[in-house]
Amino acid sequence: MIDPGDDATTQSEPLIDAHAHFYHAATGRADWTDVNAARFRAGERIGITYHVASVLGSYGFSSPTYFPSPADVTVGNDAMLDICAREPDRVRMFVTVNPNYTDHALREIARCVSRGAIGIKLLASRRADDPLLDPIAEAAAQGSVPILHHIWQHRRREWPSQEISDGADLARLAARHPHVAFILAHIGGGGDYMHTFPAIVDCPNVYPDLSGSGVDRGMLDAALDALGASRLLWGCDLTMETGLAKLRALEVIGLSADDLSAIRWRNAARIFPNGSFPRCVAATDSRTAHEIASNQQPATSNRR
Amino acid sequence: MIDVNTLIGPYPFRHVPHPDPEVLVRVLDREGLDGAWVGHLPSAFHRDPSLGNRELYGALGRFVDRLRPVPTIRADWPRWESAVHDAREAGAPAIRAYPPQWQLGPHDSSMRDLAIAAAEQGMALLLTVRFEDLRQRHWMDSAGDLSAAAIRALARAGEGVRLIVTAAGRDMIEEVHWGLTPSEQRRVLWDISWIWGPPEDHLAKLFRAIGPDRFVFGTQWPLRLTQNPRANLDLLPDDLRGVALADPTASLVR
Repeated sequence: MIDPGDDATTQSEPLIDAHAHFYHAATGRADWTDVNAARFRAGERIGITYHVASVLGSYGFSSPTYFPSPADVTVGNDAMLDICAREPDRVRMFVTVNPNYTDHALREIARCVSRGAIGIKLLASRRADDPLLDPIAEAAAQGSVPILHHIWQHRRREWPSQEISDGADLARLAARHPHVAFILAHIGGGGDYMHTFPAIVDCPNVYPDLSGSGVDRGMLDAALDALGASRLLWGCDLTMETGLAKLRALEVIGLSADDLSAIRWRNAARIFPNGSFPRCVAATDSRTAHEIASNQQPATSNRR
Repeated sequence: MIDVNTLIGPYPFRHVPHPDPEVLVRVLDREGLDGAWVGHLPSAFHRDPSLGNRELYGALGRFVDRLRPVPTIRADWPRWESAVHDAREAGAPAIRAYPPQWQLGPHDSSMRDLAIAAAEQGMALLLTVRFEDLRQRHWMDSAGDLSAAAIRALARAGEGVRLIVTAAGRDMIEEVHWGLTPSEQRRVLWDISWIWGPPEDHLAKLFRAIGPDRFVFGTQWPLRLTQNPRANLDLLPDDLRGVALADPTASLVR
């Protein structure tokens, strides 16, 4: 008999999932409402304060997931806007774009940021260091929003269905746009994360998220040793049980309360636009509110 | 609760922190687990696993109340029958085999013989679908995943055969389960170490379709976070919270 715990973790601090997805009717999945409801159900159990989410076009139904057509991008973003409107207390939005269609991408960013999107989601439609991504990064700078970029940890060859990028590719883009925050997607999402950490260690504007189905022992320790707690964001992506497992692992590997707090939500609150997460700030002390308002780094340890 | 899927010893393709029985016992205490079935990780990649088994028996000697050995036995290696006997003498509840790493195909007769011999000694045959995600494998790790066909063939090997399949995902579990007769299905248990939870809810779907009594608790420590399967159980929908998994000892070992 399994004894279900009353509390998912021992922490009562806010928690931001910096890498979430929702589905919609045009994805061809009959169970799309169930999947969205399951994310909220698990989110409540884990204690997620905000899901920062994107919709990836039609998820392959009418154009490929990682190469979404402009029409599917727009339909997906509309669906994400609708979810934000229905769930203003717990959902925030990345606007998804395909950088191969520059004009459309820039229009979508302007349209969705004006309606509340707090970040830009890039898939694997174009390699991260390609010049076509520069106008997207410039739009991010103009809107003061971060870019979440899908990443394969150590790209050793081409893989089907994606024009995949790795940490070194993203580092080159980040170096060209030092005032934009780049979220490096899912260190547990496939590939060799041990390649990623040295590839981005000298790029202070690249922030890996911990999401992905991978739960290798040693991965979190290596990320903390290489980058420090101030560079890491908690997230789930497609597997929320791995997100909860990583939270619980962080609690037992000897992090300070400040480090844990930084990974749970304070780093995200610093990277995303001011005022994105009012329930987090309301739940914490005035020191944190001041840090966020002044865009200061939280008081994490210097463990690297 | 017993963790059926743990290992000690280093992994050849990446650094794994502290893969030692002393640490495992501390982890069991922390996670509230009663004990673990323990294999010897390097033996999966050795040509001859017998020295690794000797090392395993020795390393677990101080922890007999918590850790039970699950030695590795190659069915295509000379005198494998005596290794099965030794395993039983050492109190092993199961034996491990790695057909992909040994290049034994899904219908290899020696694997069938091993499954039957283990069953005759009251032991399960523990199989591993994978050690790592396909996307991160070392370029020299070319064995590939254990196939569903191989599991089906072993489940059909005989009435007494008992399999514990670790590190499988939903697709493989469903392919095998619905490709067996009801009596064959009862010969197979699955650990939950690699099954996805919400929002896709693969674990919940499997519990509803196949039944939680076909599943056992497993973590694949030291390769994966011990917290993961427990987190998965804690995030089950309300109607499934608190379900009873199979007791691997009661279900399998005569």
